[in-house]
Amino acid sequence: MSDELVSFEVNGQTLQARPGSMLIAATDAAGITVPRFCYHKKLSVAANCRMCLVEVEKAPKPMPACATPIMAGMKVWTNSPKARAAQKDVMEFLLINHPLDCPICDQGGECELQDLSVGFGNSSSEYVEIKRVVRDKDIGPLIETAMTRCIHCTRCVRFGEEIAGLRELGATGRSQYTEIGTYVAKAVTSELSGNVIDVCPVGALTAKPSRYTARPWEMRSYDSIAPHDCVGSNIHVHTARGKVVRVVPRENEAINECWISDRDRFSYEGLQSQDRLLKPQIKRDGHWKEVSWQEALESVSGILRKQLAFNVTAFAGSSSTLEEFFLFQKLLRGLNIKNIDHRLRQVDFSDQSFVPVASGLGVSFTDLEQQQAIFLIGANPRHDQPMLNHRIRKASLAGARILALTPRKLAFNYAAEQIVAAPLAMVTELAVLVKAALEAANQTVPTALADLLANVEVSDTARSQVELFKAPNSLILLGQMAVQHSAFSSLRSLASVLAQVTGAKLGYLPEANSLAANLVGVLPHRGLAGKAVAEPGLHVNAALSDKNLTTVVLMNAELDDFANPQQTLKALRAAKHVIVFAPFADTQARDYATVLLPTSTFVETSGTLINAEGLWQSFKGVVTPPGEVRPLWKVLRVLGNALNLPDFDYVETSEIIAELKLELQAVPLTAMGQLPDSLMVTKQAANTMQRIGDVPIYRTDALVRRAKSLQAMLASPAVRMHSADMDRLGITVGDLVRLGQGDSYVQLPAEADEAVPEGCVWVQSATEAARALGSAFGSIMVDKG
Amino acid sequence: MTVADTSDKATVLSAHERAEIDSWLARYPAEQRQSALLGALRAVMHEDHYLSVPKMDAVAAYLGLPPIAVYEVASFYSIFETDERAAARHSISVCTNISCMLNGADDILSHIEKKLGVRLGESTPDRKFYLKREEECLAACCGAPMMQVDHVYYTELTPEKVDSILDGLE
Repeated sequence: MSDELVSFEVNGQTLQARPGSMLIAATDAAGITVPRFCYHKKLSVAANCRMCLVEVEKAPKPMPACATPIMAGMKVWTNSPKARAAQKDVMEFLLINHPLDCPICDQGGECELQDLSVGFGNSSSEYVEIKRVVRDKDIGPLIETAMTRCIHCTRCVRFGEEIAGLRELGATGRSQYTEIGTYVAKAVTSELSGNVIDVCPVGALTAKPSRYTARPWEMRSYDSIAPHDCVGSNIHVHTARGKVVRVVPRENEAINECWISDRDRFSYEGLQSQDRLLKPQIKRDGHWKEVSWQEALESVSGILRKQLAFNVTAFAGSSSTLEEFFLFQKLLRGLNIKNIDHRLRQVDFSDQSFVPVASGLGVSFTDLEQQQAIFLIGANPRHDQPMLNHRIRKASLAGARILALTPRKLAFNYAAEQIVAAPLAMVTELAVLVKAALEAANQTVPTALADLLANVEVSDTARSQVELFKAPNSLILLGQMAVQHSAFSSLRSLASVLAQVTGAKLGYLPEANSLAANLVGVLPHRGLAGKAVAEPGLHVNAALSDKNLTTVVLMNAELDDFANPQQTLKALRAAKHVIVFAPFADTQARDYATVLLPTSTFVETSGTLINAEGLWQSFKGVVTPPGEVRPLWKVLRVLGNALNLPDFDYVETSEIIAELKLELQAVPLTAMGQLPDSLMVTKQAANTMQRIGDVPIYRTDALVRRAKSLQAMLASPAVRMHSADMDRLGITVGDLVRLGQGDSYVQLPAEADEAVPEGCVWVQSATEAARALGSAFGSIMVDKG
Repeated sequence: MTVADTSDKATVLSAHERAEIDSWLARYPAEQRQSALLGALRAVMHEDHYLSVPKMDAVAAYLGLPPIAVYEVASFYSIFETDERAAARHSISVCTNISCMLNGADDILSHIEKKLGVRLGESTPDRKFYLKREEECLAACCGAPMMQVDHVYYTELTPEKVDSILDGLE
C-alpha cells in the first residue's frame, strides 16, 4: 500500500485516499453513509454480511465497500438505484431468519439491524415459511445469548481471535445450520470478553448483568474514567432512574481504543452491594449506632485531636482519587501524624528512599505497542492491566520478543518466553541476566549488587536472553508481583542496572491510582511532590506491628487490600479507634472498625486519576450518592475545617487540581532510581514452602470484590501445587490441605497445577480464604490436613 | 497461540493417528500446521468412525490450534461425523438426488432400512453399519441409482445387488 493519495469519486463527490485501502474507510471518513454489519474498523475484513454493497463503475455486479480496494479514478455510487436495490435485497435475506422480537430484545433501540431495517427493509416480507430457531448457549455470567437473533457477521469471532487473543467463539455447522457458539458448553474466559456485546450488531450477545433493566432511550450517558487499574480507560456510565445500569467504552485511541476490560465494564454491580454504607455509624460499647454526619465528624476530630500523633497510623487504598489522596495527607500532616502509607500490598521497604518519586510505564501507551522487546518482571498484565496487555500483544504480533520472569507459569495470549522461578529464586534468575548483561557490555559489578551477583553463574541461555535488549526499542516492566515481593528492593535494583547496562527503558505497571498517591505524598517518608519530610513516619509494615498504635485511619482500604491480612487484622483489633472512610463495610470491617463514615465511589464524586503514562484525567459525579453518602473529598475538607486546619476551603475538586498541577507535573516521571548501598540476600525458612499470593483479577479493590457477576468468573479458592510436591507430601487432588502462616491456618482443597514451580504453593491473596493467612509472597507451612 | 502442545492432551491420539498427522504435516510449511487439520480429522475418523470432543481437543493441541477452530472444520464437512451414534464400521450413503431418485433410489433406501432395521441417520446396534443422510449428489448420475459404502461407489443398484454388497462386508 502506497502512502500517496489518489482521487476517486463517490456519489459525484471527489475524495482522496491511499490506493488499496478499503472503500468503506474512505466513505466513513467523508461522512457518507454505507450500511454494514460485519465491517468493524478494528477487525479484519470478512465481507460476509454483504450489507455494504455499492455500485462501482465498470463492475458488472454491486461490490462490498468493505472489501473493495480504492483505485485512482474509480467511480462509486452508494445510493444509486442499483446500490439501493442490492442493499434492500441483502436486508430482506438477513430478515428471513431474524426473529421479530424487538419488543423483548435488550438491544432494541440501539440495534444496528433495527436501525438499518428502517432504511433498507420492506414493511412486509415475502418469506412465509418457518424461521429457523437456534438454541441459546450459556457462555458465562457476563454475556447473555439469544442466538436465533444472530446474523452471522462473525464480529465476535474475529474479536476473539484478533483482539482478545483467545479464540473461544466460532461458527460451527454449515449453511442454514451455521451457529455461533463455543460448540462445547463452556464459559467465555477472556478478560476482554464483554466487548463482544458492543461489537454484536444485533441482540444475539447482550450484557447479562444489565439485562432487562432499562431501554437505551431511558438511559442518560455520562463520561467517566474507570478507576480499577493504572490505565484509566475512558468510559460512558449509563444511568436510569438515578442508578448506574451499565458501563460501556468511550473511544479514546490513545488509551483504551474502543474497548474496555470486563473489570471496568461490570464493576458497577458492586454499587448495589449489601455491604454499602448508607449512614455514619459509631460503635459504642460494642454496638453500632447510626449518627448524624456532624456527630460522626465531631467524634473523629475528637479522637484525632486527643491521640498522640505518633500513635496514629493512616492507610489509603490505591483506587482513591488524586484529590482524596491530597486532602488525606494534608489533613493528617496538619495534625502532625506521620505514619501515612498507601503501599498496602508492599512488604519490602528497605530501599524506599532510593525509589524515584513517580514511576510510570516509562513509555506512552501508544509507544508500548511499538516496542521491539519487552521484559516483564513479576507482571501479569493480562489480569492486572488488560488494556495494556492488549498493547503488549500488538507489539508481540508485530514481532516484538516478550520475555517474562514470573513465579508461576502465566497464560499469556501471545508468544512469550517464560523464566518460571519460585519467588526467592526470581532474584537469582534476574541476577543471572544482569551478570550476563554486564559481561556482554564489559562492565564491572556495581557494589550494591556485589552480594547478589557473587555466587551466580552466567548461563548460555541467559546470554541469549539478554540479546533481546539489543533491539532499539526495548522496555523492562516491573509488575505487581515484583512490587509485592519480599525482596522487591533487590528486584528493583537489578532491573535498574539491567536497564542502565542495556539501554532499555524501565517502567512499572502500578496499582490503580498509586502514581497519584506517590506524587502527593501519601507516604511516611515523602511529602507533596516527593519532598523529603523532616521526620519520616513508619511504613505500613512497621506501623502495623508498632506496639504504641492506638488509632488507625483507613481510607478506601479494607483487609483484602493488605499484603498481610493476618497482621493487619491483629493490629486493627488491638487498636482503640479504627476510623473508616469507605463506601463499603463487611462483617469483618464492622468488627474491627469503631467509626464508619459512608463515602463515595467513583460514580458519586468528582475526581482525578493519573494513569501509568502520567496522564491526568478528571471526571465528574454521575449519580447522587445513596443514603447519606457524601463525596469523600468533601468529608475530608469538612473534617479539615472542623479541626481548624489552614487552607481547607476548596469548593470544587478543580481548585485542588489547579493548585497541584504545576507542582506535580514538574516531577519527572522515571523509574530509574538510585541503588541502595547494599542489598540483602533473602533465605527461605526451613521446612516451609513459598507462597505465590498474587491478587486475582476480580479482587483488586472494594468495588470489584462486590461485583457479583465478576465474582462468578473466579475459580473457587484452592491451593494449587506441582504434582511432584503433592506426591512428596502425600496429597491427592481434592484433599483438604492445611496452610499455616504465622499463628493461624486455613484449609483449602488441593489442585494439581504444573504451572507452579516445585517448592511453591499458589494461594491467591485478597480472597476470603486468604484472610487468615500472612504475607502474600512469604513462606508457608503446608501439610495434609 | 500457535505453540503446539505435543504432550498432555495430545496423548489421547493413537500412535497411528500421530504418524498419519505427521505425514500430513510434512507436506506443509512448518508454521502452517493448520493445513494438516483435514488430514488429521480424516485419520481420527478412520480409527473411531466419528470425531469425539476429546479427540478433536487432542488434534487441536497437537496442531497448536484453538479447539474451536477444529470444531468449526469438523462440523462444516458432512464427511465428518461428530455424533457418537454415527460411529460404525461401515458408512452407507445412498444418493437420493434427482437422477438417482428418478431411477428408484427411494426403493433402494427403504430396502436397506428394512434389511438393517434402522432408519436414515441411524446405525445398527452392533455398530456395523451407519446409514448416513446424504444431502448432496454424489456425482455418479450415469450409474444411478447408486450408493457409496465407505470410500467405494456402487452403481446401477438393485435390491439383490445391495444385499450381496452389504453381506460381503466384514
